[in-house]
Amino acid sequence: MVRARVKAGNDAPPARRFSPGDPVRVADREAVGHCRTPWYLRGKAGVVAAIQGRFRNPEMLAYHKPGLPALTLYKVRFRQNQLWDRYAGPACDQLEVDIFEHWLEPPK
Amino acid sequence: MSEPKRKTLKRKGAGGRAVHDVGGLEFGPIDREEHDLALWEKRTDAMLGLLRDNKRRVLSVDSHRRTIEDYGQQEYDRTTYYEKWIRAVRNLLVEQGVLTREEIEARMAEIRARHEKAGRKASKEKIPW
Repeated sequence: MVRARVKAGNDAPPARRFSPGDPVRVADREAVGHCRTPWYLRGKAGVVAAIQGRFRNPEMLAYHKPGLPALTLYKVRFRQNQLWDRYAGPACDQLEVDIFEHWLEPPK
Repeated sequence: MSEPKRKTLKRKGAGGRAVHDVGGLEFGPIDREEHDLALWEKRTDAMLGLLRDNKRRVLSVDSHRRTIEDYGQQEYDRTTYYEKWIRAVRNLLVEQGVLTREEIEARMAEIRARHEKAGRKASKEKIPW
């Protein structure tokens, strides 16, 4: 996913909700309109692997809205065998997906 | 040059999934064959690049994606990659007021007529709005 980073404004960026190493859970809800969080990840548990930066919200950009304030985008790491019922690969297999902050919650 | 096979499959147990969001559903084996690109497909790619550049900003990757995702399931499965792209480009040009639907349809008719007059085969197929 390539997109322009938001230029630094006068205001300090809001505090990030999560940091690398934090366990997180993908929100288990339906999306209205354009959404970049795949269905198969909804409600799944992962770990923040990295902070990708802050980007305008694609859910708003898709409808020609400014998409501000920008949202923190996280690289989240999942275990493949926790995503798929009949996963046949090695237990160490992982999947990394970019997920915006408003789709992440603290683990239950 | 081989054509990718198109098939429509129900999003079984799909719940609130969007039409494009099929990750993890059973769609059979993936067709891994390389497909040559037709000239119109390369032009579609170039057009999208021009329309979203910093000079024009007529559309964004996000609005392009959204327009593709709004396709009905049958049309989504029936159409190829670049058919989805060109339809979305066309529809966004109308949505953004760059061209009108009438202008596009008149131009399409004009081009078809020109091809037929020259004895070239012009496709009658229309990409649904």
